[in-house]
Amino acid sequence: MSIMPIVLFVAFVAVVLYLSFYFAKKTQGSKGYFAAGGEIHWSVNGIAFAGDYLSAASFLGICGMIAVVGFDGFLYSIGYLAGWIVALFVVAEPLKRLGKYTFTDALDSKFNSKGIQLLAAISTLVVSLCYLIPQMVGAGVLVTPLLGLPHYVGVIMVGAIVITIVATAGMASTTYVQFLKGGLLIIFSTVLCLALFIRGISTKPAQGGKVPFYEYATLEAKTVDQQVIPTNGKHAFLDQIDHRGLTFVKLSKESNVSWWIKNTDPNGAVVLKEVQTEVKTSNGKYLINGKPATNNSQLRQVGNLIKIGGEEEDASSGISTGSLNPFKFLAVFSHKDTLVQRWKKTSFKHNGDHVSVYYPVETTGNRLMRPGIKFKVEGTPLQKFDFVSLMLALFFGTAALPHILIRYYTVKTPACARKSTIVAIASIGFFYILTLFMGLGALANGVLNPATSNMSAPLLARSFGTFLFSAISAIAFATVLGTVSGLIVAASGAIAHDLFDRFGGVLQSDKQKVFVGKIAAFAIGIIAIILGIVFKGMNVSFLVGWAFAIAASANLPAIVMVLFWNKTTSRGVVASIIVGIVSAIGLILISPSMYLRYGLDPATAPIPFSNPGIISIPLSFITLVAVSLLTPSKRAKNNIAASA
Amino acid sequence: MLHEPSVSSGPDHASGYKTRVGMYMFIVYALVYAGFVIINLCSPLLMEKIILFGMNVATVYGFGLIVFALILALIYNNMCAKEEDKYNNPMNQKGGQ
Repeated sequence: MSIMPIVLFVAFVAVVLYLSFYFAKKTQGSKGYFAAGGEIHWSVNGIAFAGDYLSAASFLGICGMIAVVGFDGFLYSIGYLAGWIVALFVVAEPLKRLGKYTFTDALDSKFNSKGIQLLAAISTLVVSLCYLIPQMVGAGVLVTPLLGLPHYVGVIMVGAIVITIVATAGMASTTYVQFLKGGLLIIFSTVLCLALFIRGISTKPAQGGKVPFYEYATLEAKTVDQQVIPTNGKHAFLDQIDHRGLTFVKLSKESNVSWWIKNTDPNGAVVLKEVQTEVKTSNGKYLINGKPATNNSQLRQVGNLIKIGGEEEDASSGISTGSLNPFKFLAVFSHKDTLVQRWKKTSFKHNGDHVSVYYPVETTGNRLMRPGIKFKVEGTPLQKFDFVSLMLALFFGTAALPHILIRYYTVKTPACARKSTIVAIASIGFFYILTLFMGLGALANGVLNPATSNMSAPLLARSFGTFLFSAISAIAFATVLGTVSGLIVAASGAIAHDLFDRFGGVLQSDKQKVFVGKIAAFAIGIIAIILGIVFKGMNVSFLVGWAFAIAASANLPAIVMVLFWNKTTSRGVVASIIVGIVSAIGLILISPSMYLRYGLDPATAPIPFSNPGIISIPLSFITLVAVSLLTPSKRAKNNIAASA
Repeated sequence: MLHEPSVSSGPDHASGYKTRVGMYMFIVYALVYAGFVIINLCSPLLMEKIILFGMNVATVYGFGLIVFALILALIYNNMCAKEEDKYNNPMNQKGGQ
């Protein structure tokens, strides 16, 4: 393990802790703790927005998804950025005018309702927790390759650092950590993309000469009595399994056992193609590609282009494009004659062994570079419905995330809130454009771990040398620190300000509120550590999707209607938050994605789509309107009486 | 505890104008965003048509949505700043009378 990642990581943490203690001396009172005194400059706040928003799911998740499913992963970038339009044009300034520390303040500004205070605080906590878990799991995932430490150590370390950041100076230190991290993330992602353009694309990527390109073997075969038998005479047929429309064949050669997938060559002849395998045997052995798993026996990194723009591959050296400009880079991938080798996974039981097979599939460039591989836009109406639902949740989710909304209270005026949102749109938009290059770069450079896509961007950086890998990994770690800090400030504000002070009315002084806020930050930090350890191995982008759907369903209808519909009543807001949370979580729990996680057949799920937004967002809006019309406020009644 | 904005910024006489402009721009962007979704649903193969510098409709439209968001944001800021200057700056109000 190299010393450089440790040096960069320790240096970053030292700077972060120095900032925290420096601002701790200056932070006084709840205004300072929860809203950084409203004194942050709009340009700093804008980059801090980027630091807050570009979480592990954005950096690791989107790049990884593009590397696996192409343009479908970029849909998240488009949707996440479009959400800022709702934030800027609809929410930013009014929210700043109405609120104090939390988004509950803005919702409740016209009502002073105990129900809104309680429900909005609960919604903040639910969304924050859904967001916290994947960040903490991501910290554990990163710390193992970066510092060589176990998962739980990474989670505890992040928890301890974040508690220190938040408990010392609250929003002020959190803002500068996010500013630092947002800036570094954008700078180093740009460097990574430039390195990618200079290297260009090769059909036999060798990671700059560091890792030789591995040629997967193809065997000629014939079908005899429905068994696929290799014809070279060197491999012996052992067994065959048909699984979900694919045929896998188990062969042996000189005591080595391997799995192959049945395929056909361009002439229609039957062939067997080499795959990678992980096998957990019934007697407890763990084999990778037929050999016991060790540090030297791991899954091979994958991903490459087979053909570039219709050029025939040279048998020995392949094709290299040389340096490319960004447009030409994308043009290579978009060409209909470009052929990309992606890798898919499937698992099955065989004679008591649990076999996971990673097999190559060939995809043309034109197919890769448009939606359709993950989201079936050419599929059934219900599959299309799922796609629309996702795009809707992404569009409306951003403007309803509590940890994003509280950042509007750290600047002086509504105009500053607007300007900081524009800086956020510029910086986040630029980063999201880079995600397409980084994801495709990882796909073409033979750096992907076929078992998990989350590390695609750091692994791409590693192919350019230790420094870039260390810097990108340290920033990825900082990504977690920045986002978790923001989430803990939001949750701490919900507990101290919304629940204890406004709902409970038990806090007598400003000092008490800050004290409760710090205790809450400590407690939530501990809960985050525990959840990060318990949920080890869970897909990091999954719960972020939940958080967006719940936020868009529970919070956005309430915010929009309070701002723009003067017949909105407190009961309408309360009902809408309850219906939003319950319907979004309920639909997720009975979705095909969750059935797969329960180990059940996804086809038997009561609903055929996994993104609840298209149902739960309108449902929440309708509930608010219906309940508000049925329960007119005293103010509205007085107006009617007066006009009569 | 008092419940008021964390920083008092005085009355904003341009807020009605800004809200109106914001809603119009939101609708414009939402329509362009909806166009992207609708093309994908109704004519997915159109998305792979090469239209600019070797890039296809999906990429150009996707990048376009990101850049368009920034352009609209800058126009909105410019319009709002002018209006704020006109209504909220005491010097301008005096001059206008």
